[in-house]
Amino acid sequence: MRDSRRTRLILALLLLTAFTLITLDYRAKGGGVFGSMRRTASSWFGPVERVAADIARPVRNAVDAVGSIGSNHKKLQDAEKTISRLQQELRARPFDQRRVDELNALLRVSSVGQYKLVPAQVIAVGAGSGFEWTATIDAGSMDGVKTDMTVLNGDGLVGRVTVVGRSTATVLLAIDPEFNVGVRLPDGETGVVTGRQKNDMGFYLIDPSARVKPGDGLVTQGSKNQQPFVWGVPVGQVVTASSPLSGQSQTGTVKPYVNFSALDLVGVVVQPPRADPREALLASPRPTVTVTATVTATPQPPASSGSTGTTGTTSGRKSTATHTATTTATATKTTPPPAKPNPPAPSGSP
Amino acid sequence: MTPALSRAVQFGLVVLLVLLAALVDSVVFAPLDLPGAPPNVVLLIVAALALVFGSVGGAFTGFFAGLAVDVLPPADHLIGRYALVLCLVGYLVGLLRDEARDSVLLALVTVAVAAAIATVLYSVLGGVLGDNRVGAATLVSSLPYSIVYDVLLAPFVVPWVMSLARRAQPQVVPR
Repeated sequence: MRDSRRTRLILALLLLTAFTLITLDYRAKGGGVFGSMRRTASSWFGPVERVAADIARPVRNAVDAVGSIGSNHKKLQDAEKTISRLQQELRARPFDQRRVDELNALLRVSSVGQYKLVPAQVIAVGAGSGFEWTATIDAGSMDGVKTDMTVLNGDGLVGRVTVVGRSTATVLLAIDPEFNVGVRLPDGETGVVTGRQKNDMGFYLIDPSARVKPGDGLVTQGSKNQQPFVWGVPVGQVVTASSPLSGQSQTGTVKPYVNFSALDLVGVVVQPPRADPREALLASPRPTVTVTATVTATPQPPASSGSTGTTGTTSGRKSTATHTATTTATATKTTPPPAKPNPPAPSGSP
Repeated sequence: MTPALSRAVQFGLVVLLVLLAALVDSVVFAPLDLPGAPPNVVLLIVAALALVFGSVGGAFTGFFAGLAVDVLPPADHLIGRYALVLCLVGYLVGLLRDEARDSVLLALVTVAVAAAIATVLYSVLGGVLGDNRVGAATLVSSLPYSIVYDVLLAPFVVPWVMSLARRAQPQVVPR
């Protein structure tokens, strides 16, 4: 069949239909007929995804165990170190320990922050050509989940609920570029954090005179009526911060506390706490927050700002080995007060 | 088989394949968090079916497959966006039906071009609609991956789907 007038007419009609749908959905802003279409699709396709996820889980676990594929060389080396350490641990304890840890972390968040949570499992992730960062979770209207609820896990903010089906719901992840959340700085100033896909999240401060520095932890400010965001959920840690001219607000990047490439167990906040938890969740032990000093070994110890914004848990060992005691002091000072019991010990470096 | 029954079988096959592909995309490939963009199995199915059904069949298949991707969870973009993209891709691939009949290489090249067209078109459409997710940088970084993944998967998907679709094809001489 060649390109004829008739085939082109059919194509034009189909394209026109698609364009009309886009326009109507754009105007309805996710509501109306299109909203109920999404809800219906979620209600009957969600359970199918759930079954498929159960089937696919062994495959996913196998790939997870090998480590993330194709990341850059440094990350790979770090991963190899982590893998060898983890493999030793893995032999010692059952595979389900990870899940227990995740549940414990979620329980801690729920008790420290006084959130009432519905636990859920991530069963599918948005495939929209890698542009779109969404996930399906296996909790829906039957479990009390509604749209515009906050989703979190043991590490911090995961996203917000956008579509709710009967037994599943769609979550817009915090790293999606359409995702914005109001955050509060340690000194009470406010800012806005936006997702930037696989890059660190971006932020800007509302008040032009407010300033943050790398290492500062950000928590959600809480929306009006606590929807879509409840207050006090840890969002991330400032990595870089601009030094703007006076009158301009500060911008920069934030490393999310949540590891979005390995989302598993999450919690939907079905009831916000009566009182603002403030920074309570930032203060409690948190394995991902360690600001380490730069690795470049200079003859004399750097004056005051020994901690540039390199975050990460793995680079600590090397830097503390080559550095003097002053740098290790600045490094530990930036970690939250009750530090994690087993950080890489600076075994006899001075 | 009567033509009517055959049509029904064909329709059922298309629906089944598309849903299966959407499931594989969102449950298996996307959670793996591969570098760049995840592979698009729905696109492969549409391309394979268009190579059998021709341009009109390809356009219809693409339209409805796209609509499914737009609506099924966890999609979060305007409904009709993938429908438009895949409809056009299905049509264009369908034009090559006769040429790709006995050339595996051409079928693979077609898939690569189709993957590129789909990604670019989806991004451009996003730009027009004011979608914050797509930008030149994101497109450039994800495009090569989309093409490579789709071409790598094509030999495992396309021939199989094509032979299945040919068997379900009504036994009438193609117009």
